[in-house]
Amino acid sequence: MAETGFVPSLIGTSGETLREAFGRTVTAIAGRYPSLVVLDADVAGGTGTHHFRREHPDRFVQFGIAEQNMVGAAAGLALAGCLPVASTFAVFALRTIEQVRQSIAYPRLNVKLAASHPGLDAGPDGASSQALEDLAAFRAIPGMTVVSPADAVEMAAAVPAILDFNGPVYLRTGRSPARRVFDDGYRFELGRGRVIREGSDVTIVACGVEVARALDAAALLTRDRVSARVVNMSTIKPIDHDLLAACARETGAFVTAEDHNVIGGLGGAVAEALAATVPAPIEFVGVRDVFGESGEPEELADKFGLTGRWIADAARRAIARKGTR
Amino acid sequence: MSDLKSRATEIRRIAVSLINDAGSGHPGSCLSAADLLAVLYFQELREGRDRFVLSKGHACPALYAALHLRGHFDRTALGTFRRLGGLLQGSPTTSIPGVDATCGSLGQGFSIAVGLALGFRQTSRDGRVFVMLGDGELQEGEVWEAAMAAGHHRLGNLCAIVDYNKMQSDDLNERTMRLEPLDAKWGAFNWHVRPIDGHDVNAITAAFADARSRPDRPTVIVAHTIKGKGVSYMEGVPAWHGSVKLKPEEIARALADLGVDPARTHEYAFRG
Repeated sequence: MAETGFVPSLIGTSGETLREAFGRTVTAIAGRYPSLVVLDADVAGGTGTHHFRREHPDRFVQFGIAEQNMVGAAAGLALAGCLPVASTFAVFALRTIEQVRQSIAYPRLNVKLAASHPGLDAGPDGASSQALEDLAAFRAIPGMTVVSPADAVEMAAAVPAILDFNGPVYLRTGRSPARRVFDDGYRFELGRGRVIREGSDVTIVACGVEVARALDAAALLTRDRVSARVVNMSTIKPIDHDLLAACARETGAFVTAEDHNVIGGLGGAVAEALAATVPAPIEFVGVRDVFGESGEPEELADKFGLTGRWIADAARRAIARKGTR
Repeated sequence: MSDLKSRATEIRRIAVSLINDAGSGHPGSCLSAADLLAVLYFQELREGRDRFVLSKGHACPALYAALHLRGHFDRTALGTFRRLGGLLQGSPTTSIPGVDATCGSLGQGFSIAVGLALGFRQTSRDGRVFVMLGDGELQEGEVWEAAMAAGHHRLGNLCAIVDYNKMQSDDLNERTMRLEPLDAKWGAFNWHVRPIDGHDVNAITAAFADARSRPDRPTVIVAHTIKGKGVSYMEGVPAWHGSVKLKPEEIARALADLGVDPARTHEYAFRG
């Protein structure tokens, strides 16, 4: 599995935050994208774009606490020939859903929306700050590409790929330190999932901070002699149908894991893909259609059922259902 | 009649005919905006350099009329308005030749215009950006986010036009959600405010010149207009805002009011 870039020895080590990796990367590669402009709504320090503001002040546009106008103006900037990257927190991105739909996706403008603080990973600010619906909402817009990288290494590789891609993209970053999953040689491919751990009894499909937890689950399952495959599905839309169909044939059962509502996000995308290709039992790990609360990300992940042991339990259930088909 | 006035009249004739052909549309909003569009498209806009955003996208029949008269698409295309597979969609989209921004959800076109103006500045282009807003549209919060941003960033290359016909979908603005004091609102957002009679082509011309002379701040032309202007039975009647189907005698009367010889009304039937 050398080609996967998966580094077992690094699992569990505290990594850089996804927002920091996003901010540093977009700043570092700005020279390769002369038309790039970064748009902020008074959260540059929170999204990582403060690096860009410092290095490229003439290409940084401040909109104040007015996300709808920022996103609408991003459409205008794209029409004027700029490459706009608008950044805010994921909950505030949700309030721009109609601007993204009407002003960006419908005319298929080349605008990127990078959202930090998604999911329970947003932590102590509590339910009002924990966007659990963003993947579902943006996935439902025609023509949107939706990406949620697993760690800082993947984020650094994903940002240039997204800037090179001509079309609207929703990029999910993150607030808290993201555990290391990949080594520096990792190559990101938009629209492709990747097997990062081989296994034959069940496939765990995860995105974002849940990828490291999926690897925890696979390790736990080994003790029970269960062989779990782990797929990093960082592009949620368009979903990698071929890889999912292959995993269905080869393992026959699935768990999806996401720091998001179990409705409409990664789990929904995987279920839709499998239903249309090779149907298989699926168990969904995610927030079970409730709101979160204040707490540290790991405490919340445990309470709301997102950690490795919960994923492992779900894997056992999925395997048990294989015979019932 | 001046050339601009005759262009405005032609825009009105085509717009009401498009709505008649389609069986639905917003005639009142097209008729109030026609003189402003005529001055824009036949005098002010520099093709290829400037941009126009119709944020009140429901008035697109008037925009399509102006674009047709400017030669962006032919008479056959006019017959496709609101029709399955047709070029001319029920709201303006950039897939239509000459349309600079996709609009239709109120408030959003104004933000697009702010982004265009910022983008022109960012890329050192000398283009100017014009955006037309409806008065009811000003009730959208996004409009004031965009107004604040344009004032803050001193977008002197941006000119907004409010088609202030005093009416919206259901009723008068005054009874739906009061806008006054409107000039003071724009002034408070750091805009240069120019109230005019929106049917006086000389006043419109002068207002655009005024806007051009102020590179340090955006200008809003508060154009006082009459909803349904030019069609006697529609003028000042809120019911003609909405998506209405004209009866045969109503389209005949409208074209007569707009000076079309009854023997030549067939020239304004665009559907084959």
